[in-house]
Amino acid sequence: MNKQKLQRMAVTSASSILAVFVALAICAVILLITGKDPIKAYSTLFGAITERNVQLDTLNRATPLFISAAAVAIGFKMNLFNIGVEGQMRVALLTTAVVGAAVKLPAPLHVLFCLVVAMAAGAAWSSIAAWLKVKRGVNEVISTIMLNFIALGVVAWAFDEFFRVESETESLLVKTKTLPESAWMPDIVDRRLNGMFIVALLVLLFFWILVWKTKFGFRLRASGANGGAARVTGVNPKRMIVIAMLISGALAGLVGMRSLLGDVHAYQNGLAEQQGFNGIAVALLGRNHPVGILFSGLLFGFLSAASGQLQLEDIPKEIVTIMQGIIVFAVVIINGAVKRYDEQRIQRKAAAELERQHEVVAA
Amino acid sequence: MSTVELLPAPAPAPRQSVFQRMPRHRRAMLLSLGALLIVSVVRVFTEADDLTSSGTVSATIRVSTPILLAGLAGLWAERAGVVNIGIEGMMIVGSWLGGWAAWHWGSWAGIGIAMLGGVLVGLIHAVATVRFNVDHVVSGIAINILAAGTTEYLSIIAFKGQEGGGESQSPPGKKGFGSFDMPFLTGGNIGSWKTPDILGWIENKGIVLISDMAGIAKGFLSDLYLPTILALSLVPFTAWLLWRTRFGLRMRSSGESPQAGESLGVNIARVRYQALAVSGALAAFGGAYLSCVLTNTYRQGQTGGRGFIGLATTIFGNWTPFGVLRGAVLFGFPEALRLRSDDAVMALFWVGAILLAILSVRFFMKARVVPGVVSLGVAALCVYTYNVVDAVPQNLVAATPYALTLIVLGAARQQLRPPAHAGMPWRPGENH
Repeated sequence: MNKQKLQRMAVTSASSILAVFVALAICAVILLITGKDPIKAYSTLFGAITERNVQLDTLNRATPLFISAAAVAIGFKMNLFNIGVEGQMRVALLTTAVVGAAVKLPAPLHVLFCLVVAMAAGAAWSSIAAWLKVKRGVNEVISTIMLNFIALGVVAWAFDEFFRVESETESLLVKTKTLPESAWMPDIVDRRLNGMFIVALLVLLFFWILVWKTKFGFRLRASGANGGAARVTGVNPKRMIVIAMLISGALAGLVGMRSLLGDVHAYQNGLAEQQGFNGIAVALLGRNHPVGILFSGLLFGFLSAASGQLQLEDIPKEIVTIMQGIIVFAVVIINGAVKRYDEQRIQRKAAAELERQHEVVAA
Repeated sequence: MSTVELLPAPAPAPRQSVFQRMPRHRRAMLLSLGALLIVSVVRVFTEADDLTSSGTVSATIRVSTPILLAGLAGLWAERAGVVNIGIEGMMIVGSWLGGWAAWHWGSWAGIGIAMLGGVLVGLIHAVATVRFNVDHVVSGIAINILAAGTTEYLSIIAFKGQEGGGESQSPPGKKGFGSFDMPFLTGGNIGSWKTPDILGWIENKGIVLISDMAGIAKGFLSDLYLPTILALSLVPFTAWLLWRTRFGLRMRSSGESPQAGESLGVNIARVRYQALAVSGALAAFGGAYLSCVLTNTYRQGQTGGRGFIGLATTIFGNWTPFGVLRGAVLFGFPEALRLRSDDAVMALFWVGAILLAILSVRFFMKARVVPGVVSLGVAALCVYTYNVVDAVPQNLVAATPYALTLIVLGAARQQLRPPAHAGMPWRPGENH
């Protein structure tokens, strides 16, 4: 690895870590203003790291974040902003719950089948945004936001109208038909860590190979870095948009599977809520790189897993959400500032070099 | 060869119908009169009287106002060249501050303090996007996360354990806004004398078109709140400001071509800071309208995606204030109708069917068979739905604004003209 690359990596990680500390500092001020003791809060929060339950819960909560962050990041790599992960996830959840309950298959195949159905459903929903972008020139940010709300309405309607089954034991809980046990994703640690964690790690690995080790990935990054140059070398931008959006949607379909196949085993309202949105923050903090996503996913997972402990100290756990918001803000602002500084440094260096050459010529 | 020869021959002016040649405002008036006629005929034969009742109209105005304010917030930001995804977050902040301040000092204080808070959030968005050149969408998302988290946290600190308040709800505000009616026209009071309600009398006669017009007029002139009037007056004010003042010209130049504006001495950064401060204030006003005017408490999740509907109206309204108003009313109408009666919502299917049938006739006249057949088919589907379904599911009504916006974006993009530079990165002094 050359020096330049190493330097860049160091700067990137340093700025992300700095962002986390900035957020911690600002939240400490908020805690102080609202009459809470920040030292006690942070020692409680980070003290929880030694507890086995919190550790396992961290991994469990990081699972959907890894996947949704990868889904967002693959779009980001070519400046395509898929805000619709939440909606794609929701469509995939109901589809998988219904289709998965309707078929009979042996255990490992059934789980695999469910995952494939989820990916297909997610990709199908994202294909609307892809079509609108490629054929009608509609900005994907707007279309995916609108599609999120449409998914919310349509899925809630379809669930209410066709697929709900009143539970006999819990009369208030309305769900779809429960999936047969052959479709359940087994736990790694009973009731603490679900097998989807392995799938999420595989997704990150797939993401890394796809983007950094394949011809497609090279084209993807080239389109993001310099669309014009990529087009001149024969990359078809529309094709790239469609493929990237479909892969992103397919991954988005997997986001909710930890909750569906590993936990509830049926669709219900509010299942896996927000897990698609949270991936955006994780992808931003992780700088759209699998290793970065791994760390930031673990951080966000840990924050929400440990936040329950704060309640015991009479500190609202919502401080963690504030922290996550500030982290996102801090990381993008610091990145912007660093990039700016870097550009200026390069400009100064180039100017000095030119000056020197000029002097040599003059002499 | 001289360049003159290279120019294409001027195309012969297309033949225009009488309708196309008339001035714009008269055409708009004729169109709305035609639409009203359709609605009023549908009202008569479906017997859904709520379709144009004064109660529906006045409910529509109340439901549409927060959407309108959110749409204007989007308009202000995007006209200055900054995309604002954070409107929802700004509305959340507004609704929280509105509920909190109304609880302490009354409703006007609620709106005022909410707007101040909105200015602050708008300026955060401005610092991020203008000073640090952060991607506008990313900054907006961060604002949404932050707003939700902060208000949830502060609710527990400020409202929990208070009388009438709770973890996710503020105690009721002091002194709500009194509504008032116009004297003589809609039966308002002069002193203690209750004047006759002339429009209401005509409305109850049930005559096609005339009663409908009276009902709509009564809806506009009765059960009024001052903040509503304030919000509605912002529409012509924004239009005047954008197209008749120096500030408006500068703001539009910032949205269309900041380089060009800058080269003429416009301080683009300052314009964007100002526009985003106003954008935040408007969104927060919309939020405070929910917690101070429509109800008298803040509730968590009260905004319910209205910020995003506002964003949709900005697009739907083609980035013009009156367009935003039209979009807000269109999106607010089904919601208000649903609040009053489900039958009336079903009658909308007939209205849709008739409009689509007219559209398909126009397509056929232009020999465009496919779109003609499609709209005729959808029209038939509307009639079928009316006959089969009893009530429109609420979830689908909630999704219609977004679906309509997508359809407009996909089908009529040629007619939309967003500010050319909205959402693009820009730094002072670059690209000259």
